[in-house]
Amino acid sequence: MMADAISWVLVLAVAAYACAGGTDYGAGFWDLLAGGAERGERPRWLIDHAMAPVWEANNVWLIFVFIIMWTGFPTMFQAVFGAMWLPLALAAIGLVLRGAGFALRKPTRSLAGRRIYGAVFAVSSLLTPFFFGVVIGGIASGRVAPGTTASSDAWANPTSIVAGLLTVAATAYLGAVFLTADARRFGADDLVRYFRFRALCSLAAIVVLAVIGIPVTHHDAEYVWHGLTHGAGLALVILAALAAALTALLLARREYRWCRYTSVAGVALTVAAWGLAQRPYLLPTSLTVAQAAGAAHTLRWLAIVTVIAVVLVGPALVLLYRLDTLGDLEPLTDSDTRGAQAPGDNP
Amino acid sequence: MHSTTLLLANTPPQTLPARELMAFTLGSHILLVPFGVALPFITLLMHYRGLRKGDVVALKLARRWSAVMAVQFAIGIVTGTILSFEFGLLWPRMMGRWGDVFGLGFGVEAWAFFLEAVLIAIYLYGWRRLRPWTHFWLGTPLPLAALLGAFGIIAANSWMNTPQGFTLDAQGNPVDVTVRQAIFTPIFGPQYWHFAVAMFLTAGYVVAGVYAVGWLRGRRDRYHRLGFTVPFTVAAILTPVQFFLGDNLARQVFHKQPVKFAAAEIVWNTDTHVPEYLFGRLNEDGTISGGIKIPQLDSILAGFKPSTQVTGLTSVAADDRPTATQATIVHWAFDIMATIGSLLILLALWYAWCWWRRRDLPRSRWFFRCAAVAGAASLLTVECGWITTEVGRQPWIVYFNMRVSDAVTATRVSSLWTMFGIVVAVYVLIFGAFLAVLLKMRTRWRIADESPAGQAGALGPEAGTPYGPREGTMATTGAAPDPGTPQSPGGAS
Ligand code: HDD
Ligand code: HEM
Ligand code: HEM
Repeated sequence: MMADAISWVLVLAVAAYACAGGTDYGAGFWDLLAGGAERGERPRWLIDHAMAPVWEANNVWLIFVFIIMWTGFPTMFQAVFGAMWLPLALAAIGLVLRGAGFALRKPTRSLAGRRIYGAVFAVSSLLTPFFFGVVIGGIASGRVAPGTTASSDAWANPTSIVAGLLTVAATAYLGAVFLTADARRFGADDLVRYFRFRALCSLAAIVVLAVIGIPVTHHDAEYVWHGLTHGAGLALVILAALAAALTALLLARREYRWCRYTSVAGVALTVAAWGLAQRPYLLPTSLTVAQAAGAAHTLRWLAIVTVIAVVLVGPALVLLYRLDTLGDLEPLTDSDTRGAQAPGDNP
Repeated sequence: MHSTTLLLANTPPQTLPARELMAFTLGSHILLVPFGVALPFITLLMHYRGLRKGDVVALKLARRWSAVMAVQFAIGIVTGTILSFEFGLLWPRMMGRWGDVFGLGFGVEAWAFFLEAVLIAIYLYGWRRLRPWTHFWLGTPLPLAALLGAFGIIAANSWMNTPQGFTLDAQGNPVDVTVRQAIFTPIFGPQYWHFAVAMFLTAGYVVAGVYAVGWLRGRRDRYHRLGFTVPFTVAAILTPVQFFLGDNLARQVFHKQPVKFAAAEIVWNTDTHVPEYLFGRLNEDGTISGGIKIPQLDSILAGFKPSTQVTGLTSVAADDRPTATQATIVHWAFDIMATIGSLLILLALWYAWCWWRRRDLPRSRWFFRCAAVAGAASLLTVECGWITTEVGRQPWIVYFNMRVSDAVTATRVSSLWTMFGIVVAVYVLIFGAFLAVLLKMRTRWRIADESPAGQAGALGPEAGTPYGPREGTMATTGAAPDPGTPQSPGGAS
């Protein structure tokens, strides 16, 4: 009972990371494709401004996912990290590079330096979500079981590849939708058009990948495939598709106020559908929620921790996003800290 | 020695790279943690002063520290996130077996990280547009959030040192978990306070050290005086406190982790009237080479009288305790920590004396030389403290409940070494770039402060409104600094 509730908390935390963190990865994806220093200057400027105040908070969802895993379902945590060692190690390194590249690019004034940090940030923004997707694909296709040791089959398989690519496409989609809305907020009409186009393209990419993925994963990830195409799982998938279609419609009609919410709903519903399709397994088809659950007393406390987290962190996050959307958050500039130009700086 | 070879034979080859990686990443992360925990507090102090007294210089310092914090916080986050991965990548069996016993502390940490990330974003990005006092008050919960985060981490670590809150069933698996006991373990309180104070003290000395260097180079303006005084005062007040907390912690370790204490003091056989060795090396046969021997002192320190019995390393089997080499490492780390702690007290007393007599900073250049190295020394001390804690626990990952070698991942050794190599390379680049960025910022600020226009600027039209007006519309300019910034006439540094 309690274990089921905690498993849903886990799904929700994954969904939150997919949406919040995903948006940031997507921003990095578009940074990568923004072109040379001159052509890419304006999109990059927008990406910088949109991401800077929120990416650190968004990253904490991942930590929260890990904490729920190792406190609530220790054996599952052990199994996932055992079998998926390499993609997770690569994701970890990617995360470090992405954050550091992003943070160091901002205060760097020389063009060469900005290029290097920017490239590191952008490339790792592409690779990290891919590896997370790969892990999810491996879990969904039943390749992770307690006692599995790391092998390349666990993650170099059709389902993992499809899931990895889908994850990247989904982040690109979220990133572009959010950047469209941000561009409008900052009153940059050229960028609104720029990112609107990209949002629609990435949505198309998702559709293509899904169409390819359906036959490819049918026998590879049978249990989850069945769950996603029947009953409640199917209902959520349909809802997710509707949310995506609505987003496309809003974008096409240039109504930007709600498109963020519908895009997030689409991604979150997809994650929820996956969670539903896996029931009652945490690791299909070897470990159920009940088998993996940690000590009952701990789970009760984990529930309390979660409730407090919602009460404590919820308002803070709302305040942050609110101030951010109101445009009250701006980085300090050189004139604020009274800095001068140093030799070698590019303006 | 025989026992060592036996020990090595039972140890999976993954243990060495896994340990090295853990030690390296933790040792790097911990260098940023003092600033994550305490720099907001010090900045807020300065900020308060600036707002309260309308002090432009103080506000300038607070804003510059915020600019530093923005970068440092991000590096702290990425190096911290990798640690969470490592629990799974390196020690999956520890988490699989004990995750539900001690993992909850990290849950508290998660709240704290959320709050911290949110509040720091509001603080760092709120300078330009929020109302001054609103901005300040939104920043004030930051130190509390940082202390909360440290609570979670230290709870987990002190549980590894003095595990409790469970019973073992017939297969040796933990059952009957009681969370409260697992969080508030015996060593938790002393370890937490000692740690928290260490963070504030270290951040204070490091920040003050930057301005001490400027002072030594002849920049004796109000800016440097203020930048030195506020953080140094915080650190100097905490130094004697830390000494007492450390002394207390050492005694708690004596009671609750006697074998670790024996390693820290290189005590071979359980005995009374145990002498204290300052440095020196423990040999495999239990003899001690080098070092300064002070008769009776160890017993006195542990129990206030020479007849106190101190547990020795040989009280447990050879493969249940640190090796002689590990004990020597622990001993040196401990002694360096205690030595630096004592020297810092002298420095704090010097400062207090001058302040008490003359209400002024000491005049001696030697004072500022010492103050300039105090920051680096504190960072070294923090590393030594952790080496004492962690190496002193060997060979246990969970003290007397699970060996490091039983917790380690089964992944191929070559993968681990490769990852270690990559991580070291990445960290060297990141930390190097981080320092380069900081130095560059400093150069820019110095050029602005030294140029006549910069000084005029400080008194210019903006001076009355420390929360300067918004410049340039964002949609049309890139990240460009304002064009009126003066170009320096001379060289950079
Ligand atoms: C600037 C920092 C600083 C200073 C001046 C000191 N320490 Fe310390 N010490 C730490 C920073 C630190 C630390 C890095 O924060 C540690 C590592 C683990 C911990 O919780 O705190 C620590 C750990 C630590 C431990 C190991 C605890 C354990 O294994 O559970 C002992 C016994 C002491 N300290 C004792 C002292 C003594 C007797 C000092 C006398 C001056 C002292 N420390 C000064
Ligand atoms: C941040 C400061 C810390 C530093 C610098 C540090 C340092 C080290 C070092 C040097 C080792 C290797 C010991 C050896 O193999 O001889 C180690 C091991 C380890 N530490 Fe820490 N540690 C820190 C804090 C923590 C905390 C807070 C935790 C847990 C919550 C932790 C968990 C571990 C684990 C799991 C190992 C591996 C097992 C072992 O060798 O005991 N460390 N650490
Ligand atoms: C020695 C005790 C430690 C303390 C007090 C500490 C404290 C902090 C602080 C204050 C931050 C905020 C970023 C910054 O540095 O400015 C941070 C980041 C982080 N630390 Fe540590 N840390 C410690 C060791 C560890 C360990 C052992 C782990 C492994 C679980 C860890 C995991 C993290 C994570 C995941 C982050 C990023 C949080 C985020 O995304 O916002 N830390 N830590």
